[in-house]
Amino acid sequence: MRLFGHRLTIPALIGMIVIAVNLIAAIGAPVIAPFDQADVVGDAWGDPDPQHWLGLDNLGRDLFSRLIYGARMSIGLSLIITCLSFFIGITAGFSAAVLRGWVDLGLSRLVDLLLSMPTLIFAFIILSVLGTEPPVLIVTIAVLDSTKVFRLSRALAMNIAALEYVEVAKVRGEGLWWVIRKEILPNAMAPLIAEFGLRFSFTFLFIAALSFLGLGIQPPNADWGSMVRDYRDMINLDSTAPLYPAGAIAILTIGVNFVVDWMLSIHSRSHGAGA
Amino acid sequence: MNVIPPTGARRVGETILHVTNLRVEVRTDKGAGPVLVNDVSLDLKRGEVLGLIGESGAGKSTIGLCTLGYTRGGCQMTGGELMFEGRDIRKMTAAERRALRGPGVSYIAQSAAASFNPAMTLMQQVCEIPVKHGILTPAEAVAEAKKLFRELELPNPDTFGDRYPHQVSGGQLQRAMAAMAMAAKPDILVFDEPTTALDVTTQVEVLASFRKLIREHGTAAIYITHDLAVVAQIADHIMVLRHGKMVELGTADQILQAPREDYTRRLVAERVAGHEFREDVDTGEAPLLQVSNVVASYHSLLRVIDNVSVDVRRGDTVAVVGESGSGKSTLARVIIGLLPRQSGDIRFQGQSLPPALKDRTKDQLRRIQMIYQMPDVALNPNQTLHEIVGRPVQFYFGRSREDVRKRVLELLRLMDLPESFINRKPGELSGGQKQRIGIARALAAEPDLIICDEVTSALDQLVGEEILRLLKRLQEELGLAYLFITHDLGTVKRIANKVAVMLKGKLVAGGETSKVFSPPYHPYTELLLSSVPEMRSDWLDEVLAGRKQTLAAVRAAQVSLPG
Amino acid sequence: MLRLIAQRLGLGLLTLWAASVLIFVGTEILPGDLASAVLQNSATPESLAEMRKELGLDRPAIVRYGEWLGNAAVGDLGHSLASHRDVVEEIKPRLENTIFLAICSAIIAVPLAVTLGLMAAIWQGGIYDRLVNLVTLLSISVPEYLVGYILIKYLSVQLGWFPSLGNVTPDTPMGERIYLIFLPALTLVLVVVAHMMRMTRASVLNIMASPYIEMAFLKGLPKWRVVVRHAFPNALAPVINVIALNLAYLIVGVVIVEAVFVYPGLGQLMVDAVSKHDVPVVQACGLIFAAAFILLNMLADILAIFSNPRLRHPR
Repeated sequence: MRLFGHRLTIPALIGMIVIAVNLIAAIGAPVIAPFDQADVVGDAWGDPDPQHWLGLDNLGRDLFSRLIYGARMSIGLSLIITCLSFFIGITAGFSAAVLRGWVDLGLSRLVDLLLSMPTLIFAFIILSVLGTEPPVLIVTIAVLDSTKVFRLSRALAMNIAALEYVEVAKVRGEGLWWVIRKEILPNAMAPLIAEFGLRFSFTFLFIAALSFLGLGIQPPNADWGSMVRDYRDMINLDSTAPLYPAGAIAILTIGVNFVVDWMLSIHSRSHGAGA
Repeated sequence: MNVIPPTGARRVGETILHVTNLRVEVRTDKGAGPVLVNDVSLDLKRGEVLGLIGESGAGKSTIGLCTLGYTRGGCQMTGGELMFEGRDIRKMTAAERRALRGPGVSYIAQSAAASFNPAMTLMQQVCEIPVKHGILTPAEAVAEAKKLFRELELPNPDTFGDRYPHQVSGGQLQRAMAAMAMAAKPDILVFDEPTTALDVTTQVEVLASFRKLIREHGTAAIYITHDLAVVAQIADHIMVLRHGKMVELGTADQILQAPREDYTRRLVAERVAGHEFREDVDTGEAPLLQVSNVVASYHSLLRVIDNVSVDVRRGDTVAVVGESGSGKSTLARVIIGLLPRQSGDIRFQGQSLPPALKDRTKDQLRRIQMIYQMPDVALNPNQTLHEIVGRPVQFYFGRSREDVRKRVLELLRLMDLPESFINRKPGELSGGQKQRIGIARALAAEPDLIICDEVTSALDQLVGEEILRLLKRLQEELGLAYLFITHDLGTVKRIANKVAVMLKGKLVAGGETSKVFSPPYHPYTELLLSSVPEMRSDWLDEVLAGRKQTLAAVRAAQVSLPG
Repeated sequence: MLRLIAQRLGLGLLTLWAASVLIFVGTEILPGDLASAVLQNSATPESLAEMRKELGLDRPAIVRYGEWLGNAAVGDLGHSLASHRDVVEEIKPRLENTIFLAICSAIIAVPLAVTLGLMAAIWQGGIYDRLVNLVTLLSISVPEYLVGYILIKYLSVQLGWFPSLGNVTPDTPMGERIYLIFLPALTLVLVVVAHMMRMTRASVLNIMASPYIEMAFLKGLPKWRVVVRHAFPNALAPVINVIALNLAYLIVGVVIVEAVFVYPGLGQLMVDAVSKHDVPVVQACGLIFAAAFILLNMLADILAIFSNPRLRHPR
């Protein structure tokens, strides 16, 4: 089977299906979920039955529905963060590569500094002072993550800028914006898209980890990480409850990684840029 | 193969390698791919040297590696026999093949710098074959290595082995690789383009060392190269290959003097015809480009262009020659404005050009265009030919969409390319076709002067010659001037009416080609000229005889050589 | 070469200093300062102003930073806002626990990962390689807490082999300690090995594609010798880099694992401090984690310089 002219492997196919299912759940939650995420429909920790596929949670809410709604929060938040981080990272990275000089030096040093600390720790520090509302989370993680995007886009742009056809454009007298738009960007697309997938899965895991530690999404909003947190004590009673949201996290991440792996393997054959 | 018999005991004239109908194909899990070697047969006698000649993709390296029982990723020997000492290499087990490599057949790669392990000393690597195959003890191997270093005329043979690969020069490394291959006294040496990456002046020395080595040890050899003149110096027989098939096989003299096949004739013809110079006609016109006493450096520290002056008139082809590090490509960058000059003047049509690119007007930029060496990176792989060739038309002249399209089609026709190519991308073109697009793009700006930076160096010989013919035709039709940068003196003699010889940033000789390339020469010019292999098998001997004098003269002129 | 190493050391110290500035800026200069963190919801403009004076927040930032750093250098990290105890007292036992857990995990993970990675590179393309590739891809996608809880569910709750809570106190004897940290260490090992193995494999494969490796084969040398004698010395630098990167990752993983197993380590302390806005503790913990991270990276850089033959034997 072929997609976009490239051979599709089984893992990649599985990955795409996983991503599609998750996106449908996230977008169509109100329509798909049998119950609302806050509705109490029975006793705490009720057993699974035909109406409630995964049983009930610690407050008597339908686990399955909560799982679907959780997708919304987790995926939605991660997407926003990744988009923001990408925007910041690419703008800074391309500018640094093309303008060089002080711009490059300054930005690179700043990024090195931010990367000198483990992201989780740095996030802790910021969150300990600013609190954990979604806007704070979004900006903090986006800025921290953009450092990695910066590194990649700068390296890509510099590699491409070193190729003769970029010099040809410069020598012709083309302006900076034209060079970036026409010569550099199209040839950097493939690795950038793959990186988007990687960054998304990293951010996704990160948000979930923060929520798991109680420092991310706060109740009544639910994302999968905080669900794991809420249900964790049940593990000692041999319940599978915390494994469902944790498993959902894992499955989506695996799916994204499969697809990213596939994309990278296609474009790892030299494409004139960043290979 | 555990004992090295003394030289006398080896019987010269006996056939040691007998290859019949060798076939190598690409085989992956997706099925069969292209055929790399198609039904090739050859015989190699003891002490004999067979040259394998061909352009890229001819299959010569593949054949060479097959004699070691080795194929590169994805390839398989799917037919034929390779009989070595009574056994078929194709049918050998993995262990037998390992035993064959080193003591039986040994390999000398194209790039010595890449083939030596950076983490081990040279001595350790040179001794590896005889010691690991159990032929010599470590002490014996070291002694043998030092002997070989001496034979190959390497400096300080007793301590040379203690160095690491990155501590010695390219030419020395190539010879060290020959020592490594000879260490176990193999029956056959396979040389895979060993001098291609070296400077022309270094090439002569290394070639001479190889020849001496082979003759003294009576080793048979397969010498793979694309350069007919080089192989003529060392081979007894020459086999011409094309697309994996054998085109012609004969003695060296026969191939050079009386080639039978058309393809062979074409390969030989151009190089042999290099004796006439292009004549220089003085039209009395003012020069188009005047470079006067230009000095340029990198980071104000390293002077890369030191007081260079050169003039180009309309219709001229001025060649700038030199070896690596001479500054010839840098000169182009200074003229274009990518590297601003520090002092001196560059005038175009009487007007002084600002040193930096960004200070020049669009029109100034338009009139001087450049064509690059590697068509793969000179064209944006994501743009169609329409966009690549059309952009300069749009940018400099602001024409309408229709006019641009018409002009692009016109240029394609001029390049002898089909009009249907207009919507293709560079990836769908061959090397020669891509280079033509590079030329079309330069012409789209309707320039007065085109700087050609090693435009044929990355192309096969015949393809390169076509490009040169095209450039000549364009010059006659459009009255263009060329500044032709190259390291290939043979080309210079044919196409340039003026030449400038550069060495380490300085201009060593300049003027009409016929005058610069005729005696009396500047010593460096003489060294360069004498280093260009000619199509006769006695050339190397002749050059070596006069070499010592030439080198002494160069030293006397107090000019230090590259590398 | 010594000059390069001295440079790296200097750079490391500089980075550490810069990190301390970042930490200080992050906690004391952002809006919502210490005073409001302490007072939380009971803050009124007057009480805030008074609290600020009490905490000395009305002095210029540079002075406060200097004081903080100076104190830290002599071992005085202030007092916890939550427990009012000396921060150093709080940290010490926790730090010991975390280091113990981290080192135990690293000792197992590093040799295991490097060996597995080497093997996968040697037998590239075979069943072993493809299997390993798949399994590790799955492992690095899986969050630590999933692994932790699965282990708890099956090894602890259902089979009762190991406890699910890592209740270590300063008095716990070594034998019992190892028993208690077994599951948390196993979780860490599983996750870290996956990352490290993939990167080791990639680095070694990269080296194996070099022309001098092909040359070694063309000299008739057997595969094991090519890998051990030719590839490995050159792979040393990138593999060390991989190890250091992953050990840095270990530091972060420890935090999560401690939360899963309720293990009294530094990570748990920091998480609690963050949610309680206990700024001095957060600063101190942040400084320690950052220092460990920077130290590891610096060590990796220096070792990489040592193992680069071109730098060991200059022209």
